[in-house]
Amino acid sequence: MKQLVDKYVNKLVSAGLAEEGAPLLGGLDAELVWNRSDPACNELEEVFGALNINSLLFSKPAEPYLSIIEYLAKGADKAIHPNDSETRTFMHDLPVIRDFKSRQITGALKERKSVIIPGYGIVTWGTVSPEQAFIFYSSVCFACFVKFFSDYLTEVRNGTVSKEQARVFERVVRQLTPLPEEPPVLMHGRFRLEEDVYRAISEAGRATVKHHLVDSFFGNVSFRYNNTLYISQTTSSLDELEGCIDPCPLDDSSCTSITASSEFTAHREVVLRTGMNAVLHGHPKFSVIISMDCEKEDCKFRGQCHTRCPEERFVKDIPIVPGEVGTGPYGLCHTLPPAMEGHRGVIVYGHGLFTVGQSDFNEAFTNLLNIERMCSDEYFHRVGV
Amino acid sequence: MNGWSGTILHIDLTNKTHRFEQPDSETYETWIGGKGLAGYYLHPHITRSWDDPEMPVIFMDGPLVGTASPTSGRMCIMSRSPLTGTVGDCSVGGSLGTELKKAGLDGIVITGKSDQLIGIEIIDKSITIRDASTFSGMGISLLYERQRGNGAVAMIGPAAENGVLFSSIVVDGSFAAGRNGIGLVLASKNLKYLTVKGTGRVAVHDNIGLKQAREDIFRQVAATPVLMGEHGIAYYGTGALYDLMDSRRMMPTANFRMTKFKSAHRMNASALNKKYSPKRAGCKGCHILCKKVGKGGTHIPEFETMSHFSALLENEDIEIMVRANALCNEMGMDTISASSTLACYSEITGKKLTGKQIISLLLDIGRGQGRGKELGQGSYRYAASKGQPELSISVKKQELPAYDPRGAYGMALAYATSTRGGCHLRAYPISHEILRKPVATDRFSFAGKARIIKIEEDQNAVVDSLTACKFVFFASSLEEYARVFTAVTGVHSTAQDLLKIGERIYYNERIMNARNGFSSKEDDLPPRFFKEAGSSGSNIKIKPLNRKEFLKARANYYKIRGLDENGMPIKEKASLLGLKWENHKGSELQ
Repeated sequence: MKQLVDKYVNKLVSAGLAEEGAPLLGGLDAELVWNRSDPACNELEEVFGALNINSLLFSKPAEPYLSIIEYLAKGADKAIHPNDSETRTFMHDLPVIRDFKSRQITGALKERKSVIIPGYGIVTWGTVSPEQAFIFYSSVCFACFVKFFSDYLTEVRNGTVSKEQARVFERVVRQLTPLPEEPPVLMHGRFRLEEDVYRAISEAGRATVKHHLVDSFFGNVSFRYNNTLYISQTTSSLDELEGCIDPCPLDDSSCTSITASSEFTAHREVVLRTGMNAVLHGHPKFSVIISMDCEKEDCKFRGQCHTRCPEERFVKDIPIVPGEVGTGPYGLCHTLPPAMEGHRGVIVYGHGLFTVGQSDFNEAFTNLLNIERMCSDEYFHRVGV
Repeated sequence: MNGWSGTILHIDLTNKTHRFEQPDSETYETWIGGKGLAGYYLHPHITRSWDDPEMPVIFMDGPLVGTASPTSGRMCIMSRSPLTGTVGDCSVGGSLGTELKKAGLDGIVITGKSDQLIGIEIIDKSITIRDASTFSGMGISLLYERQRGNGAVAMIGPAAENGVLFSSIVVDGSFAAGRNGIGLVLASKNLKYLTVKGTGRVAVHDNIGLKQAREDIFRQVAATPVLMGEHGIAYYGTGALYDLMDSRRMMPTANFRMTKFKSAHRMNASALNKKYSPKRAGCKGCHILCKKVGKGGTHIPEFETMSHFSALLENEDIEIMVRANALCNEMGMDTISASSTLACYSEITGKKLTGKQIISLLLDIGRGQGRGKELGQGSYRYAASKGQPELSISVKKQELPAYDPRGAYGMALAYATSTRGGCHLRAYPISHEILRKPVATDRFSFAGKARIIKIEEDQNAVVDSLTACKFVFFASSLEEYARVFTAVTGVHSTAQDLLKIGERIYYNERIMNARNGFSSKEDDLPPRFFKEAGSSGSNIKIKPLNRKEFLKARANYYKIRGLDENGMPIKEKASLLGLKWENHKGSELQ
């Protein structure tokens, strides 16, 4: 358990979600182990005692998340309500309490997967692994980031930006990590061996995380080789794909795709429709933010944009389509594949960006990077910076 | 009341009388319904023999049944297990739960013994007991045809009437309450069938809240490949797991002597779909629809049945697999125990069974004739009678499902600690050890598994009490279902509140088993898993389980569960959970 606890503490820091020395992560089997001792452990151990869980994470987020979350929490009544896909599907809302007291923390965590405590940080839990606590924490940071920038754009357009909001915005923008000027060089195709396909997928996943085009947990990667789609497994971390790639025959002769990414069907349809072989899906933040910016205030589908948007929307040459995770009636597997035909990438509303490449991941990665850069430029153009 | 109807029906078959009970709201809120409430009614009788006329058999709904809550069509049937001697219960689908609720009943507690074979017919709150002697020995399909006009039908087949220790209760012709030999308890009461038809509606406290929570669950289900992915169980049935278990080298083969089956690719769900072109079917109130019915009404076997009637018996004929499933259903006997008993027989006699022999032996078991008479007592009693009890791959005398524990250490622990014997449904660590939900855990490690198993047992106790289907929890959690529960009943509840009730329900079962002498001695696995390796290959090593590590994990489990070092309940813990502590054998349970 200690090994797992230390692993996810390190991941929080390397992903830029927490400063070194900030996270406090406890794992409980028969005995409770913390990554380090801290006076806050006493309060958190009471939380452990009151909940049927096996891990508990408390940390102050790193900048720029700290400024963003503190700002949003200040204006929240009992919870923050982001509108991105991850929150809608898994987190629902993000409770906020005011005191770092076990009773209040317990009360909030009985209902939801996380709680934000302004001035202190974020607390999340897991029932199976400390990885869950890490994922929930990461989701809170991502969702708040997207909400903050989305709200700011709307307020700019409405002329209602407050002084404090402008001040926080300025500070946050100064702290953004710039995108790399050039994409990394990845393995070149055409791949001759199955082993090369596994290595190329793992390498593309790692590069996507390293360049902050996805938080560690989100996204998926696939490559078609010999009538089989090799695809990252569901809930796999893109920076740790070794051993987490499923070979899924395209002739339906096996059901091994049940542990593959929830976007297997979308990936499969994309390669079949476009003739491309590599598909890369990340959650670059400004692509997500820009996809949620719509000026049609009086649209009858307002509030249902993620499933029912009837418009043909684009940012420059990139289509923006509605669609939910998976294969339900509003699943993105219905909207993404046709939109990908003739395009280098497609953004799914409030969710993320899919790109394609022919013989390896260089083209798909370059597209991912360039489209995110374009969306970032477009965002700052729209807010007048 | 909302969600609950507020009425439990008690039927005494000895005197052919019945009465209605209105439990107070505290009883409902303490036990929820389904498995929890059934355990509450079973506990006072648990030391009786399973065939004591006063031993109840309990059919119990949860508060979500009959509402728009996702996967709410299930219910619980409970008594003391003839096979294991433990508390015996099954979650079962079909329409019985829904009809029962529409009839204004939360459950039925049946005691006594009829002097002749009878059936019970319920229409709303009108109860009729009918002579069923003309149905004696009748198979499930014909009996269902005769009774289906009366609403939902629960029935036993010839196997129960012939004393098979793993006989089932079959609902609506094909939904089996398969495990623990619960059908035999009905047979001991001379009860052949039960029909229920209801015309009422279930009151819901907050329809808008229910709609919101339901949409959240639907969204999560759609995002989960194992459920709604194009190769998921919605389209291929639970057989979708078949390829995965084989590729992970944990498919029990040749009575668990191997863990990889060379013909798996020809016996999988894809092969079944090609051959039988099945359509989707399922329980009332479910949108996943995991049941598959092929051309001409052929019932496609579920995963456990597929695996055990192929790999476990080294059968390479897909038609034999389908026929064996149909035969078990027709006779009313559990496919897992039946196939495992045949595998044990095959190993002891040293003869690999042909397809013809498999079918012939199943018929003999169901009819209680020839070799089938001794095999109908299950693998443990059969193997013990041959002086080789270790060749029964069972826990607490109940045969193991189709996940080899050497390939998933959490499953190893869960098999051992299960309160109803060899079972994958008390906790289902396959969810994270193989299916990566909610996240992946290391399947070859016991680290952290004790607490995970305890939490899962608590959760599944809640799920079987609400009642809902465990499959939906690959996608959702009690966080969402607590909102459903609150919306339906008006009783505000969080996931953690429900887990606390789950802990009470499970501890109650540990107490019931302890009162019948079960302790750590029975919380164990067959020796094969500690001595023999599985089929390694493809960079996957299937090693024997390390006994020391297993025992350490079990000791951790006892500590976390609040049991003593022998797995026995403790008065203080029982008190903390609000459970009445009854002195047994003087002063202490032990």
